[in-house]
Amino acid sequence: MTSALNARHLASADKGLLRFITCGSVDDGKSTLIGRLLYDTRLIFEDQLASLQMESARRGARGGGIDFSLLLDGLEAEREQGITIDVAYRFFATGRRKFIVADTPGHEQYTRNMATGASTADLAVILIDARKGVLVQTRRHTFINHLLGVPRIVLAVNKMDLVGYSQARFEEIVADYMAMAAGLGFKSVTPIPLSALEGENVIAPSALMPWWTGESLLGFLEEVEVEDARLASAMRFPVQWVNRPHLDFRGFSGTLASGALAPGDPVVVARSGKTSKIRAVVTADGDLDRAEAGDAVTLVLEHEIDISRGDILCAPSARPTVARQFLSHVLWMHEDELQPGRPYLLKMGAQSVQAVVSAVRHRLDINTLSPAPAETLELNGMGLCEITTLQPVAFDRYRDNRETGAFILIDRFSHQTVAAGMVEASLQKATHVYSQAMDVSKPARSVLKGHKPAVLWFTGLSGAGKSTIASLVERRLSLMGAHTYSLDGDNMRQGLNKDLGFSDADRVENIRRIGEVARLFVDAGLIVTASFISPFRAERDMVRSLLEPGEFIEIFVDTPLSVAEQRDPKGLYRRARAGEIGNFTGISSPYEPPVDPEIRLLAGEGDPAAHAATVVEYLRIAGVLARAEDAPLEFSI
Amino acid sequence: MSGSSLLGATPATVALDASLEAYARRFRDRPGRAKPLSPQLRRLEAESIFIMREVAASFEKPVMLYSIGKDSSVMLHLALKAFWPSPPPFPFLHVDTTWKFSEMIVFRDLIMKKLGLNLLVHVNEEGLRRGINPYASGSGLHTQVMKTESLRQALDAHGFDAAFGGARRDEEKSRAKERIFSFRSQSHGWDPKNQRPELWTLYNTRKAPGESIRVFPISNWTELDIWSYLAEEEIPIVPLYFSAQRPTIERGGQIFMVDDDRTPLAPGEAPQMRGVRFRTLGCYPLTAAVESPAADIDAVIAEMLTATTSERSGRLIDHDESGSMEKKKREGYF
Repeated sequence: MTSALNARHLASADKGLLRFITCGSVDDGKSTLIGRLLYDTRLIFEDQLASLQMESARRGARGGGIDFSLLLDGLEAEREQGITIDVAYRFFATGRRKFIVADTPGHEQYTRNMATGASTADLAVILIDARKGVLVQTRRHTFINHLLGVPRIVLAVNKMDLVGYSQARFEEIVADYMAMAAGLGFKSVTPIPLSALEGENVIAPSALMPWWTGESLLGFLEEVEVEDARLASAMRFPVQWVNRPHLDFRGFSGTLASGALAPGDPVVVARSGKTSKIRAVVTADGDLDRAEAGDAVTLVLEHEIDISRGDILCAPSARPTVARQFLSHVLWMHEDELQPGRPYLLKMGAQSVQAVVSAVRHRLDINTLSPAPAETLELNGMGLCEITTLQPVAFDRYRDNRETGAFILIDRFSHQTVAAGMVEASLQKATHVYSQAMDVSKPARSVLKGHKPAVLWFTGLSGAGKSTIASLVERRLSLMGAHTYSLDGDNMRQGLNKDLGFSDADRVENIRRIGEVARLFVDAGLIVTASFISPFRAERDMVRSLLEPGEFIEIFVDTPLSVAEQRDPKGLYRRARAGEIGNFTGISSPYEPPVDPEIRLLAGEGDPAAHAATVVEYLRIAGVLARAEDAPLEFSI
Repeated sequence: MSGSSLLGATPATVALDASLEAYARRFRDRPGRAKPLSPQLRRLEAESIFIMREVAASFEKPVMLYSIGKDSSVMLHLALKAFWPSPPPFPFLHVDTTWKFSEMIVFRDLIMKKLGLNLLVHVNEEGLRRGINPYASGSGLHTQVMKTESLRQALDAHGFDAAFGGARRDEEKSRAKERIFSFRSQSHGWDPKNQRPELWTLYNTRKAPGESIRVFPISNWTELDIWSYLAEEEIPIVPLYFSAQRPTIERGGQIFMVDDDRTPLAPGEAPQMRGVRFRTLGCYPLTAAVESPAADIDAVIAEMLTATTSERSGRLIDHDESGSMEKKKREGYF
């Protein structure tokens, strides 16, 4: 065998890939450590080294040496600020293994980047400055790794040179850390003392720490076993793309998320319950006898059953949960805070569905790791949330399967990824098989809208400010993603009620029809604003009776007659006083104020915007802006 | 018409024709593989295939950038495998600066023909009319007009909403931080501070009309992975990657190949024959060769394992100024 062939075998021999993440505070020397690993494993080339030396000198690196962190800070903005602001992926290899390192920033506002790196990591290297010990940051990083299911931790106690390579100090820090990490369920926590700057115990054992009998960092990383948890889990095959080149071939392309499969295996489509059998496992390299987790293949089944992107094929004996409601850890990653009840797009594997965060059960206080009451989550906030989806989704608990228990939430308007979620439990008692088509009911439409339907009935004198406030309310609601519609004298009287006049009987019929129209809109899931003088209690109560409890919200726009008459926006009071208009409320016809309205606005004074805000706040507290609670938990087959 | 007569029947072109014909036949006959792909490459391959399928399933009009180089050869190969037995459900696009090595163009046209794929070639005609070229205009302007602007023109003209590129994270510092699905504004700009978090394999493919996404399916491959994969999969690449006696000149301490009569020569200067090969392929006036005897893939890999300079050191456009790749990317370069 030629030397070149030997070289190729060395190059491609399977060393096993290790994906790890490094976490630490800004000054823990993280970039220096990674730079050192790249440098000492000869991954830095001469041309890169030359520019590194130049730049180190220009920035006044210590003693004319090399500032390894410059190698990693890839973006101009970061180089200017001297901090790493985003996730960077680095690659290096030794004789034993290939490594992919996610380099993630340590300061608080970039927790989301750390979670990103952790989501695919087999192991986390958590850096601690030996002088500072365990910090709040350390706790946060440890917890995020726990939440994201990273199985192994290396506690790299760095800057040992600055504490005189003290064994006592090292052991003190390790004891602190172990106390904190206990109970988080890591498979292993391995402390290693080192100095990245001096290169002590990074690549090889350090003569300066003779008391350390363990391995160097690289020595450990080369040796650590990373069993692929996916292989041991139940078979899950998410269908990514239907492969149909011609009428004689219909295959389902996807990457096996967990477990293994082989021709002849029975399979079931998780959501529909349809069953079949694997006929062939097709690849461009020939058909396979067996595929396992991570393999990208195309399955051909024995039967023509309805399968599309997003379906999960599994073994009939070990199926995922199929549900519309589940409990999940959520990490919020966007500047705009979580809005319970607002519809987001949920992407879980190849499944994309509309979903709402129906409730925030609690937020996690990162300092104490204990739950605290909360109604929302802000950027970098973590908490336990209830999620409701419009259609059933198939999933596993994240702790059981990282591939099928994770999801992201995407804002429907900005298209930004706003959250990452990890399923903790189904909120439905039993696993059901669902029909593809569900009954479209009022609660189902409400889930689609992301809020409950309601009628906001603005009543009050002419000129009280009903329409002004109603239109401000409607504008605010639509900005929040609510689906609204406004009913007022203009659009009702000119169309549906064109045949009605102003006799008492016609006025009653007018309101009755308005009530019926409002009821239809409520059934369609909308929030209706209705602005009508509606002077008689009986009329308003009649509309209330058409709706379910809680759906009719009576808003008394309480403006004194004198103020309304002074405003007289349409000149009606003047004409009424002049006797040109008969039966005019407040002048020649009574107004019966509500006895117990849901909201009373003293609209003779104050800013209409403030009154509108009061209404929206009421809706929030009353839960109108959250999803329907009585959405059916299951659908019949 | 046979391939050899198309090319002019030199032994080299006959060999190329035969090797590309054999390559295309593999995807028709599917003979199976003699020995399994090494596990690490298999994992990288599966990851790339997953990404390609995700794009095919999520976008209306994807395109794959094809630059004829080794990374593009790997991407093309992965696309052929990802959708088999279907052909790749998108066209391929080459942004031609008109300064590519002539061997690259021969290779491009022949492999696309053998595979029966749809190749779109775009040239910035406006740039040509303005007389932009790498010698007179400088590498910066040439790249800006004939590559970056040209790419934008092509993407806009066809209305592509997703474009695959062959960038790898190990190539350059700013690349290391780019997402696999990289969101671009309507003007194709990249905002490094406003990247979407990318967790697990849950790629956010959503965008507004007019916006687009650049997708980098071989982000996690290193140069060594690429070469190992080319070797194990026996993927044909442009022969310029292998050493041969070629006419060369020296400029600023680097060796350049004289590919045609457009290279300005100093009075009395004559190209010298040297045994050279290329580690990357771009515009020939901007891509330096390395002196090497490595004439086959095993020799190339052996040399790489002892290499002391990075792959992109032969690319002039990277050295214009610090942070230059990031600048180009913000402007819409891949």
